[in-house]
Amino acid sequence: MTSTLAPQPETELKAALRVEDLSLSYVVRGIPRPVLRGVSFEIRPGESYGLVGESGCGKSTTAYAAVRYLPRNAVITAGRILVSGDDVTKMNDEQVRQFRMRHVSMVYQDPGAALNPTTKVGPQVAEAFTILGQTKRDAEASAIKALQRVQIADPERVYQRYPYQLSGGMQQRAVIAMALASDPKLLVLDEPTTGLDATVEASVLDLVRSLQAETNAAVLLIAHNLGVIRTICDRVGVMYAGKIVEEGDAAAVFERPQHPYTLGLLRSLPRRGIRKSQRPLATIPGSLPQIGADLPACVFVDRCPLATEICHTVDPPPIDLLGGGRTSRCHHIDRMGELREPPAAVGQETAHGELALSLSNVSKTFHQSGHDVPALVGVDLTLFDGETLGLVGESGSGKSTLAKTILGIESPDAGGELELDDHRLGARSMQRPTADKRSIQMVFQNPESALNRGWTARHILARSVSKLTGLKGKAVNARVDKLAADLRLTQRHLDLKPRQLSGGLKQRVAIARAFAGDPRIVVADEPTSALDVSVQAAILNLLSELQVENKTSYLLISHDLGVVRYLADRIAVMYLGRIMEVGESENVFRGPNHPYTEALLSAIPNVDGEPEARIRLEGEIPSPANPPSGCVFHTRCHRFIKGLCEVVEPPLIEVEPGHLMKCHIPVEELRRLQAKARQEDVVLTTPPEAIEAAAAAGSDAPA
Amino acid sequence: MARFIARRLVLALITLWLLATIVFIITNVLPDNVGRTILGPFAPQETVDALNERLGTNRPILIRYVDSLRGLVTLDFGNSFVSGKAVLPQVVGAVGRSAKLAGLALLITIPISIAAGLYAARRRDRTADRAIVLLGVTLSSIPEFVTGTILVVVVGVQLGWLPVLATAPETADIPTQIRFLLMPAIAMAIVYFGYIARMTRAGTIEVLQSDYTRTALMKGLTTGQTMRRHVLRNALVPTVAVIAVQIGYLFGGIIAVEKIFNYNGMGSTMLFAAQHKDLPMLTAGVIVIGLVYMLATLTADLIMAWMNPLIRMDTER
Amino acid sequence: MVDSIAPAPLPTPAPTTGTATMSERSRARREMLLVLVKRPAFIIGLIVILGWIVCAVLGDKITPYDPFNAFFLPGHQPPSAQHLFGTDRLGRDVLSRVMVGSRDVLVVAPLAALLGVGVGTLLGLVMGYYRGIVDDILSRVVEAFLALPVILVALLTLVVLGSSSIVVVFVVGLLFAPIVARTVRSAVLSERQLDYVTAAKLRGETGLFILSQEIFPNVLGPTVVELTVRFGYAIFTVATLSFLGVGLQPPSPDWGLSVSQEYANMIAGVWWPTLFPALAIASTVIAVNLNADSLQSVLNE
Repeated sequence: MTSTLAPQPETELKAALRVEDLSLSYVVRGIPRPVLRGVSFEIRPGESYGLVGESGCGKSTTAYAAVRYLPRNAVITAGRILVSGDDVTKMNDEQVRQFRMRHVSMVYQDPGAALNPTTKVGPQVAEAFTILGQTKRDAEASAIKALQRVQIADPERVYQRYPYQLSGGMQQRAVIAMALASDPKLLVLDEPTTGLDATVEASVLDLVRSLQAETNAAVLLIAHNLGVIRTICDRVGVMYAGKIVEEGDAAAVFERPQHPYTLGLLRSLPRRGIRKSQRPLATIPGSLPQIGADLPACVFVDRCPLATEICHTVDPPPIDLLGGGRTSRCHHIDRMGELREPPAAVGQETAHGELALSLSNVSKTFHQSGHDVPALVGVDLTLFDGETLGLVGESGSGKSTLAKTILGIESPDAGGELELDDHRLGARSMQRPTADKRSIQMVFQNPESALNRGWTARHILARSVSKLTGLKGKAVNARVDKLAADLRLTQRHLDLKPRQLSGGLKQRVAIARAFAGDPRIVVADEPTSALDVSVQAAILNLLSELQVENKTSYLLISHDLGVVRYLADRIAVMYLGRIMEVGESENVFRGPNHPYTEALLSAIPNVDGEPEARIRLEGEIPSPANPPSGCVFHTRCHRFIKGLCEVVEPPLIEVEPGHLMKCHIPVEELRRLQAKARQEDVVLTTPPEAIEAAAAAGSDAPA
Repeated sequence: MARFIARRLVLALITLWLLATIVFIITNVLPDNVGRTILGPFAPQETVDALNERLGTNRPILIRYVDSLRGLVTLDFGNSFVSGKAVLPQVVGAVGRSAKLAGLALLITIPISIAAGLYAARRRDRTADRAIVLLGVTLSSIPEFVTGTILVVVVGVQLGWLPVLATAPETADIPTQIRFLLMPAIAMAIVYFGYIARMTRAGTIEVLQSDYTRTALMKGLTTGQTMRRHVLRNALVPTVAVIAVQIGYLFGGIIAVEKIFNYNGMGSTMLFAAQHKDLPMLTAGVIVIGLVYMLATLTADLIMAWMNPLIRMDTER
Repeated sequence: MVDSIAPAPLPTPAPTTGTATMSERSRARREMLLVLVKRPAFIIGLIVILGWIVCAVLGDKITPYDPFNAFFLPGHQPPSAQHLFGTDRLGRDVLSRVMVGSRDVLVVAPLAALLGVGVGTLLGLVMGYYRGIVDDILSRVVEAFLALPVILVALLTLVVLGSSSIVVVFVVGLLFAPIVARTVRSAVLSERQLDYVTAAKLRGETGLFILSQEIFPNVLGPTVVELTVRFGYAIFTVATLSFLGVGLQPPSPDWGLSVSQEYANMIAGVWWPTLFPALAIASTVIAVNLNADSLQSVLNE
């Protein structure tokens, strides 16, 4: 099957995956729309390769093409895919089935959906073995061993569970166990940790790495998160509009990109601790091309600052730089130096004003048929004019509940107080006067559902303006125009309905709506999580500008610590409804930290390489309905002190003025231990005593 | 699971009570003079008054309501205006006979419809699929008495394959009975084909697009294995619900079929009662059929909960 | 074949860059209508319904003979050049009677459907939005109504109140309302949890505003489909009731009634006065259901 034109070197013959000039189109209403335009790359056995890109770049399509799982209207127009020398594109159905059974396995994005909800988990894993010919009894034993191999603590019990009874992390481990059953030559992972909590994501990524070292399988990882790619992959291919525009060793590519798109992507990420006060994030002008559109020679030309005549007419070939598989498709690699960082922000330092919002002892307990679920416990918080408070935490941390309580969507338990300026806030939004409703507004996570799909953007804004401010007629239009201008929306955009707007544009309308009544406080719940990386940068810049102009305070909820570090002046870390640590951003990031914060910081997959200390927490996040005794974090804490942490709730200690945390360990001790951890190259994990204490108390049931 | 069943039973009882109340309202509150309604506009006033006296319709509404509820609980639905005999045994007997016909109809339609639905889902948007959907829509639009009529004309009279009257001779054995019931059963089965096939198709399409079907295929399972082990169980859940609902409609359409084929089931009994304004008989019939429907949906719920543990979980929380 | 359960084809990419202008928007709407009109099922359905409507409106002006005029010739003449559909037992021309028989059905059934959908939509909106105890109670009532066999209860009510078109409209309409309520309720439930509803509450909109201005326009689609489907069921039910003798009375040329009066003669071989009205019923309901189905497919795309 290999070309006879030139003798192939030994290594290429044995490439686990070799994609040669693959072009693929989807036929929609009779018209073929190109999605992949000549993709070529190769993965050797034991190597891990990442395909990274934004929506519509074709990375998932490539992965699914490699396993021949394509919709009926997908047509491979050119090229071939070789797995260990066998051309996948030419296989018949039975051959494809054998191929999937023995040589390739896949792990997917939403593990809960990837498992059959009406069958127990164990038999599904065992099925991967029976398919290979094992008897039912042998398969069961193999399945249990497989579950153990993916670090599931109690495989026999998990075997008997249904998928909905397991947490996201456990589900993904089960899927990985299934994938490894056949000892495949190629393992494809499609966004395997998107949607998992940070600490869970870190342990799953670790698992993948260790398994890969064991099995010598080739790994193809699809992700939009550059940090994940950097953590797992040896090499990376950056995709844009169906082409690989740059390829090479992951560390090298991210350190010194050699393509304008890669550079733009990296610069739009809040990296290396830059802050909004230093400089706005770099954005890539224009927007992502539509899937299947016809594009000029260089697919990136419409948005590239370096573009010249030749870029419109001649498709840049992959130019080999420095050898070693480092290529870039650009005519102007030598001019990369012209691409400068955005200029430093002048006078962006937000002067913090008066106290705007204060919460004292706010708790919220949900009552669900029999159980009481304490979602928030004794929260004290302050928010000043013009500052951004970042709220960080994983599932069950209570950050969404806190946002809802502040907004009045949920009412706090008796005994808690919310104060806006000098007066108490009504418990429910409906009870609050219009002035208060104006003062606190929200930007939602999902722009799809946040805007009424039947209304035009103009109507959405106009209604909010008139309802919140009481303005009428021309005054309303004037304000709508001003809001649009602030968020860089054109008149044409205003006449459109949400389904005709891209994700980024929709979110801008949503933000404009929140600012309709000139609010004091805007609660932003994961405002950029649903957006592509390059779009995210623009939104963050806009949010920052609006804050300076209007002196608005933000309560920023995010799981992305990079975003929080960029935008937030102060940070609060939450776990199981309680605030574990709060302080100024720089202080929190510098340390010393609460052990949970420490673990969180180390869990984030960093695009610049490994974080300073490696901490891997065992166990699952406990269910809020059944919180552990004493310090709620003790069941997973890598600095657990037996006899103290599970018995007594920790006091509030001050690290420095404005920086507080709840821990039994004295500040200086923490400082010393954490400095030591950074220097040594050890992995800290939850000690066995903590796990035993958790099991004994029975509070290790998954959330 | 036990809690799930208990909860459903309690809800069913409430529904039954509401059902009886609605029927009471229709028979006792709507007409301003029950006696007059029964005897018609030409009967002399004294006869009407005597009848009202006998039926006790002069008593206050609340007392009559409590009485009717009491009758419901003690299973005493009163006596027929026509025959004077107790109504309930007659109704139950008639329902039993109709159940034979309905049962045969379901036996014919369920396997064929489900098979058609699965077939259509696997060949989605292709000719076979469009044809099946079109066929389903068309067939379920034709009232049973129309199909019955056409069948009688074509199969019964012109071709003479099957007997035109549904009632077999008394001493007939099972196969002969089935032969007699076949045409009316087919007339009914045709109508329900559309609903069941389309619901199966919709459920199957959704499952085929799910991530766990993808997982099964990616493990290397054959199409057949995937269908059997992963698809069917999940796809058929909504179909079970539809079948239960159709059972309710079944006993409506059966009236027309029984008239055409001259079958002495519940339909004919009810029709006769309607023509003779036999209110107790009609009331009993409505309630008994309502009960049958509720039993069907309850059974369907249980089956669905057994098939899909997520349904169980929803109510346990 | 592995291919037979491969993933579904990707939908057309929507314009995601906000480049569509105002005129492109109305063009999109027109495009949707065009797609609808191009479907053969929809066209056939529409033609059939329009045909019957014409018959109903123009009535005896276009029939070949007077539908009520018995010729006093021997009845039951088979179809011939003079009587395309033959004559019935009283010598009346079947074709004329069939043409005029559409009138009653096409008045009663749509009214019943409208009543059912109107009441049902209101119920569904209230139940789905307010939830709580209102929803719990109404759901029980809805379930009770759903348990009632429609034809049987209609029979009972018509016995009690006497057969008249008004009663038929009300009974059938009210018995349809719960089914519509259920559909609308579930549509409202899914809308309600979307964030734009929360956003509306945060700016202080009243429940009435949210229901009517925000939610209702988005559930209009399923409601319209439900209307067409109920229309088909209404024709079905009204025809069956006439067949059973509790709907319209003789000498009305109503289709169901015609079938019930003549079907016993089929055994004697006189099939035409029964078959043609029966086919008329079937064609109307099929036409309506084809339209409903097409509408539903187009709205889902």
